[in-house]
Amino acid sequence: MIDTLWKILTSLRLTVTLLAFGILLVFVGTVAQADEGLYTAQLRYFKHWYVFGITMFGKRLPVPLPGGYLIGTLLVLNLVLTYIKRFKFNTRTIGIHLTHIGIILLLVGQLVTDIFSRESQMRFVEGESRSFSDNPMDYELVFLTDADAQNQKVVAIPEARLMREGEVRHPELPFTVSVKSYWKNSEPAFRAPMQQNDPPQASQGISKNFDFRKSAVTAKMEDKNVPATLIELTGPNGSLGTWMASGWSADEVMLTALRRGWERQFGAQLAGKVFSQFTEPQTVEVGGKKYTLALRPERYYLPYSITLLKTTHEIYRGTDIPKNFQSRVRIENPRTSENRETDIFMNNPLRYEGLTYYQYQMGRDEIDAARGTSTLQVVRNPGWLTPYAGCVLVAAGLVFQFLIHLVGFINKRKAGAVKAAA
Amino acid sequence: MLMKKNAPWILVAVMAVWFLGNLRAPKETDFALTEFGRLPLVFNGRFQPMDSLARNSLLQIREKQTINLEPWKEWYEKPVVLPAVNWLATVMMNPEKTDGWPVFRIDHPELIALLKLPAKGKEQQQDGKHFSWNNIQPAIETMEKESKRIGKTEQTSRTPFEQAVMKLHTRLILYMRLKNTLQPQDARDWARELTEFETLIGPGVAAARAQQAGKPFDQAVFDRFLGLMQRFDAMARFEPPLVVPPHHDDRARDEWMRMGDVLIEAARGEKLQPAAKAYASMTSAFRQGRSADFNRAVQDYRASLAPRFSPELTKASREHFFNRMQPFYNSMVIYVLAFLLACFSWFNLSDGLRRSAAGLIVLGFVIHTTGLIFRMWLEGRPPVTNLYSSAIFIGWGAVVLGMVLERFFKDGIGSVVASAVGFISLIIAHHLSQTGDTMEMMRAVLDTNFWLATHVVVVTLGYASTFVAGFLALVYILRGVFTRTLSAETGKALARMVYGIICFATLFSFVGTVLGGIWADQSWGRFWGWDPKENGALIIVLWNVLILHSRMGGMIRERGLMNMAIVGNIVTSWSWFGVNMLGIGLHSYGFMDAAFWWLITFVASQLVIMGLGLLPDRFWASFSGKTVAAKGPAGSAEKTAPLAGKKPTPAQA
Repeated sequence: MIDTLWKILTSLRLTVTLLAFGILLVFVGTVAQADEGLYTAQLRYFKHWYVFGITMFGKRLPVPLPGGYLIGTLLVLNLVLTYIKRFKFNTRTIGIHLTHIGIILLLVGQLVTDIFSRESQMRFVEGESRSFSDNPMDYELVFLTDADAQNQKVVAIPEARLMREGEVRHPELPFTVSVKSYWKNSEPAFRAPMQQNDPPQASQGISKNFDFRKSAVTAKMEDKNVPATLIELTGPNGSLGTWMASGWSADEVMLTALRRGWERQFGAQLAGKVFSQFTEPQTVEVGGKKYTLALRPERYYLPYSITLLKTTHEIYRGTDIPKNFQSRVRIENPRTSENRETDIFMNNPLRYEGLTYYQYQMGRDEIDAARGTSTLQVVRNPGWLTPYAGCVLVAAGLVFQFLIHLVGFINKRKAGAVKAAA
Repeated sequence: MLMKKNAPWILVAVMAVWFLGNLRAPKETDFALTEFGRLPLVFNGRFQPMDSLARNSLLQIREKQTINLEPWKEWYEKPVVLPAVNWLATVMMNPEKTDGWPVFRIDHPELIALLKLPAKGKEQQQDGKHFSWNNIQPAIETMEKESKRIGKTEQTSRTPFEQAVMKLHTRLILYMRLKNTLQPQDARDWARELTEFETLIGPGVAAARAQQAGKPFDQAVFDRFLGLMQRFDAMARFEPPLVVPPHHDDRARDEWMRMGDVLIEAARGEKLQPAAKAYASMTSAFRQGRSADFNRAVQDYRASLAPRFSPELTKASREHFFNRMQPFYNSMVIYVLAFLLACFSWFNLSDGLRRSAAGLIVLGFVIHTTGLIFRMWLEGRPPVTNLYSSAIFIGWGAVVLGMVLERFFKDGIGSVVASAVGFISLIIAHHLSQTGDTMEMMRAVLDTNFWLATHVVVVTLGYASTFVAGFLALVYILRGVFTRTLSAETGKALARMVYGIICFATLFSFVGTVLGGIWADQSWGRFWGWDPKENGALIIVLWNVLILHSRMGGMIRERGLMNMAIVGNIVTSWSWFGVNMLGIGLHSYGFMDAAFWWLITFVASQLVIMGLGLLPDRFWASFSGKTVAAKGPAGSAEKTAPLAGKKPTPAQA
């Protein structure tokens, strides 16, 4: 039994089969992106052990496939075990060895990246400072309370926990949070004073004036899911009430779009009032302490701050083709007492303290068009060097191997030609 | 004998003379339009000569670099055909005339019906495909309504009719832009009108100020002045090319302006730019048929630019020369000739034909390379910057590989593959160039010569070599099935070539793909994002690796290798074009419907040939008859293919 398994795992046939499945998976996963969206397709086909049900050109087919993780793991296993079984050192095969070690390094590096890398974003207007970055995909429910004059204490419940609903307790919170519902995507609506027929969705906060509707989750790259959640807080003396928290109030771009809509609907004056009601912080007071609750993109705090000094957005003359996006920023780090300026632009990221900052988007501030905004992509990837090393190893190995073949081939032909001439 | 020996050289020399002969500028007899074509301007964000603007615009509007004024005539009836620059000059300076020229190509019957365009007919002087502005003009409102509606829909979900509407819409707008480049499109005698405008500026500004201050003013002057301003503003709004060089010393040398903006600036009190006057005298002279005056105006304008803008003038002249050289078109013609000669060489086994083909390929390659380098020099970029140049470079890489194979094996196969891939990829490039300017500026994220020179070049060579392997395999199967020329020796040689090229392809596609990942890591922080173009390249790598491992494990032999190499053609064409048609991801270049059908056709043809490749030996012209006795199972041709001239003995059977 183990013998058979060993034979299978170290066979070249397995390699070829896995490669074939790999090609199939990549193809299917690429085509599926048109319907499922890049992100979902990635998760479902490549970052998964198996796939069941594929989408081809708008049609769903009940086809099972091994997922990217399974194929990758088996390939690494196949390679490593074959090495253990057959390794023999020989100068003629150095190239083959280098190539395969490079491949192992690449695959393992990607696994490391997959597990440990984290992408987030930092969006600011010129003049603003940030000492955190946001996760554009996942949200968190936070309770903020003043720790002292300068600092706030933050208790955050991650989205994954919210999605399971149910009760959450935390030693720093004097109440229990019970998540009644969590919608991945939602739409707010103003409750016009004369037309409200249904009771408010929650007893406290903005629900007096606003309803939220659950909307379909979008997979499109250009659209965004904005979640909303209904929670009830229970203190030692019973229920404190229910609240509706939404990601809308934490997203400046969506907020501006919302405000523009209201302006068209109600006129500028009333829209301003509705807007301030919508963005008013929702709070709860327990034991003399005030807690502000909010649903916002998951935040990663940094021990230093970055200030956006100036944005540059150049286009080619007489066109709207972008030529250059550049952010001038200042890094202030109290630990190293660094205080310096630097430029971040396309193909020239800033690598700082294990994170890399890339120029991602650029625009104008929605309210004050004179101020530029910039969004930086912030990436933590401890495996970022492996592709470099892997590429060099494989390339060197292949070149070496092919040169041996080529020299052999040419010598043989020369010898052949000499023989023919003789 | 001597003649026969030297025939290849003579042929190559003749073709070289033909190419060089085309380089000479035509003699100007009347209007110095070639000279006009060398004038620099800024369009698409880059400096270019009038001639490039003319050719690229005509390509977009008419899908040709020339204009046929009488398309209803057959070629032997000698219709009047004009070079692009003649058309552009007339559009810019005498648009009333070009409004009647059949320049807008429309193929979609429903669009023709919608716009009530005239049907084909010799008497009506219509060909049913090319229409003039005057033909379309009565239906312009219908056109406007439709394009507005379609403009709101998503690009990928448009029907062919809707795409045709949008295409015509873009073409009409381009035409309007060109009409408003040098003068307001309704100008009759622009030089005179401009002089009048100059004298009107002082009183006009005074009248406008008085009107604003609520004081009495000259109503007639005010109205005329305001009318002119509106005309100029309308001109600038079309966003025509930037033809006026910056005359202020405090402005950057690349801050060229649109004529409309210059005129408005003048009305606000700036000095009227000399270039505006120079172009005005050209337009009036052109319209009134005063060629000597026109030629002098062009000369004077060039001379006035020379002191400050000589680099721009030189660049424009260079590009003008490049346009006339048409290196890729010319090498394409030579490759076709070489392809035919090399194919024939297999049948009568004449070494003269084979050598002629090889010689022509070298000539084509020299021209191809010259064009490639010239283009790089003009752009200041590595060879591949867009889909168009990737086609040119794939052809180039394939020709190099084919020539190397020919040098080693001397059997015409390398030549056939070199010329075939060279020709096909240049045809593809030719069609891609019809979307307009092929030297467009690079978007910010692509604006890095380092990665364009490494990742893009290497991965494109990977494409080229995979195609070469695939085409070698096509030669194997087509020759084997349909002709008796595939001897066992040739078969073995082909197998060796395919294997060698696949090794090469593996190296290049792998390194190119990983370099792409590293570039992505450098520019947006992720090595691999499963973007369609990345995945396409990955599939090529995996496929090549799969072939190598299958061969090593003895899972395939000669015939299997060939069929798998043909799959390489499919995989590569999918990665090159197919993924762009999905309309997703960072590399997407937009939906190309015509290309889609070509891709399907290509893939189908490859599948058919693979089907032939799977046929048992007795259906193969090269194998049947000789080897019935020695036949093994299908697919093991390597073992059983007969050696030419060696009959299998009963013992062997």
